[in-house]
Amino acid sequence: MNKPVPERETRAAQRLGFVDCDIHPVQRSPKDLYPYLEARWREHSETFGGHLCQGLSGQLSFPRMMANGMRADAYPSNGGPPGCDLELMQRQHLDLNGCDTGMMVCLSRGGMEERNLEFGAALSHAVNDWQIHDWVEKDRRLKAGIVVSQEHPEFAVREIDARAAEHEAFRQVIISPRSSEPLGRRKYWPIYEAIARNNLVLGLHPAGAPGGHPSSGTGWGTYYMQEHYTFGTGIAGNVVSLITEGVFERFPGLKVALIESGFSWAPSLGWRMDKQWAHMRNETPHLKRPPSEYLRQHFWFCTQPMEEPEEPAHLHDVLDWIGWDRLMFSSDYPHWDFDDPRQALSFKMTEAQRAGILRDNATALYRLA
Amino acid sequence: MKLPFAGAIDCDLHPAVPDVAALMPYLDDFWREHLSERYIDHAPFVLASYAPNLPQSARADWRPQQGVPGADLAALRRDALDAFGTRFAIANVLHGAVALYNADMAAALCKAVNGWIAREWLDREPRLRASILVPPQDIELAVAEIERCAPDPRFVQVLLLVMGDRPLGHRSYWPIYRAAEKHGLPIGIHAGSTFRHAPTGSGWPSYHLEDSVLQASAFEDTLVSFLAEGVFAKFPGTKLVLMESGFAWLPTLLWRTNRSWRGVRTEVPWIDRPPAEVVRDHVRFTLQPFDVPNGDVLNRIIDHVRSDELIVFSTDYPHWQFDGEDALPERLSDAMLRKILIDNPLATYPRLRAAAAAADQKIPMREEMAR
Repeated sequence: MNKPVPERETRAAQRLGFVDCDIHPVQRSPKDLYPYLEARWREHSETFGGHLCQGLSGQLSFPRMMANGMRADAYPSNGGPPGCDLELMQRQHLDLNGCDTGMMVCLSRGGMEERNLEFGAALSHAVNDWQIHDWVEKDRRLKAGIVVSQEHPEFAVREIDARAAEHEAFRQVIISPRSSEPLGRRKYWPIYEAIARNNLVLGLHPAGAPGGHPSSGTGWGTYYMQEHYTFGTGIAGNVVSLITEGVFERFPGLKVALIESGFSWAPSLGWRMDKQWAHMRNETPHLKRPPSEYLRQHFWFCTQPMEEPEEPAHLHDVLDWIGWDRLMFSSDYPHWDFDDPRQALSFKMTEAQRAGILRDNATALYRLA
Repeated sequence: MKLPFAGAIDCDLHPAVPDVAALMPYLDDFWREHLSERYIDHAPFVLASYAPNLPQSARADWRPQQGVPGADLAALRRDALDAFGTRFAIANVLHGAVALYNADMAAALCKAVNGWIAREWLDREPRLRASILVPPQDIELAVAEIERCAPDPRFVQVLLLVMGDRPLGHRSYWPIYRAAEKHGLPIGIHAGSTFRHAPTGSGWPSYHLEDSVLQASAFEDTLVSFLAEGVFAKFPGTKLVLMESGFAWLPTLLWRTNRSWRGVRTEVPWIDRPPAEVVRDHVRFTLQPFDVPNGDVLNRIIDHVRSDELIVFSTDYPHWQFDGEDALPERLSDAMLRKILIDNPLATYPRLRAAAAAADQKIPMREEMAR
């Protein structure tokens, strides 16, 4: 992890032509958003700043590993954090690796975890403007995700409708899986209605800051190793909630992309849900089918961080169980555990299966063709 | 499928305390008077995770006409021990004491539960063994209870719930693991929550179904806690038995921790080899609830974890996990069945191994799990 990729070798490699489902642009500083914030919120940002559910200000309570969780070679020479410089992103990733389409997932300063809901809404609105003007309009390979705070559904619905009408680059809606309630609960349904109405995708990516609950039902871990593992179990809790609450009976067209959340856990979760449901189905009469069928039909998964069995061929079983049409390549550029599109898919598969993971599955989900 | 031969070792079944009145003989004068003064001397002290009316808390044909499922020794003999030809069975009493906030009351009730199970069950049924219920609210009191019970060889394990105050690998719990290691007692972690925290990182789900399904996630996070905190490096004799945890999630855990360890090992330098190897050496899983579809899938999963020594047999009586006498999945090889039913439990529990060896020298002694 975090070893520099030799440039000569990758330059010589064949152009892949792939969709990267997880790229993280970030502001060079909070001031990058000022053109898109009203004076009132610029002042608020200067005077008070963010207000989150955690004990440290200006950094995460589980510090990331090397280079603050970033590829050490992705720090721009002219300052600022990795991901703030389009030219470097092009040189280091989009051009170098031959990326056709990059799905941007804007995590920080997007207002998803902000306790002041109106400030959160202003930040989301600004980040959505910033994605178009500072990124999409400068590089058409990039697609945007509408960032909204799930805790403010009234704003979220307005923003989703407006952005979907404004620009074709918006292909999904990003909310935080570290929500105050499990994401299947009624409070969030207006957001799903807006997503379905606009033919968008719901994108869930683990968030850095918590939403008011420990990362696991067992309480707070001690080490980043534990926090990192909850990226998978935390998303699984939301998957169970979305299915069990009947969200997909109410919104049968809703599609969910699980980003940086793993995928090999999905089959066992489906089997476990079906087994328990068989004994308890009277509790959820709104479910018309075994839970695993909703999982199979409504969810897509991303590769990074690529699962690495001791015997690579074992991934074949997993893909057979979740469906070869459901896994999409993601690099997580510029984060420290970046997956190289040439090396991440190292187990044997057919050319059609490889093309599906690298390109076709995402193209179909996000209607990129 | 049915068990193909007699002599199985059932590593998880659940006698139940009818209500706290049954524990009165095992409480001292202070606590007897105190409970009755507060009008809680007939309170159920039942965990919400296993409320008696819930479908999974008792199979319909194992549900008594009246009273709490699992409270009747004659029924347990008939439905669990005789029905499956069981040689030994480990009684795990899931009692509400561990969910109290008052650690002194919890400790008094745990002590009473252990006294009750020894006198009213183990004394009457030689096939039964029991886990030591300890109050995780207070580590010193928990250790004292282990020390009090450990001289009785019929106590074969220490019992904890998977969701409590904090992840169980945390250093604050280490005195429990030190005491358990000293006495050759595995740590048995059972499904269930004291609901100190919401069951998910995003709050409280609506349905019992969700709580039930998400027990598996709690086991995953707990196992990662044991790895990350270095419990197995500090106490190399530790054996961890995850009970009612499911098993199908294990390949993901091995693959993810093997990968993340390469990136985070400077943070957790006590993990000195791939986590998958540590898990295979130290951790075991009870069979029920068996959460893999019948057919070849189970054999694929066993292949993925690269070991046939990880699963130990359980019926989970009287909980509803299977129907009739089909306590085993289909299509396992005869060799694998023998491992699950007999060899793996004996390798896991030193005190069962000793009892088996004393009773029948023909049963081969197996090496203890790697140190």
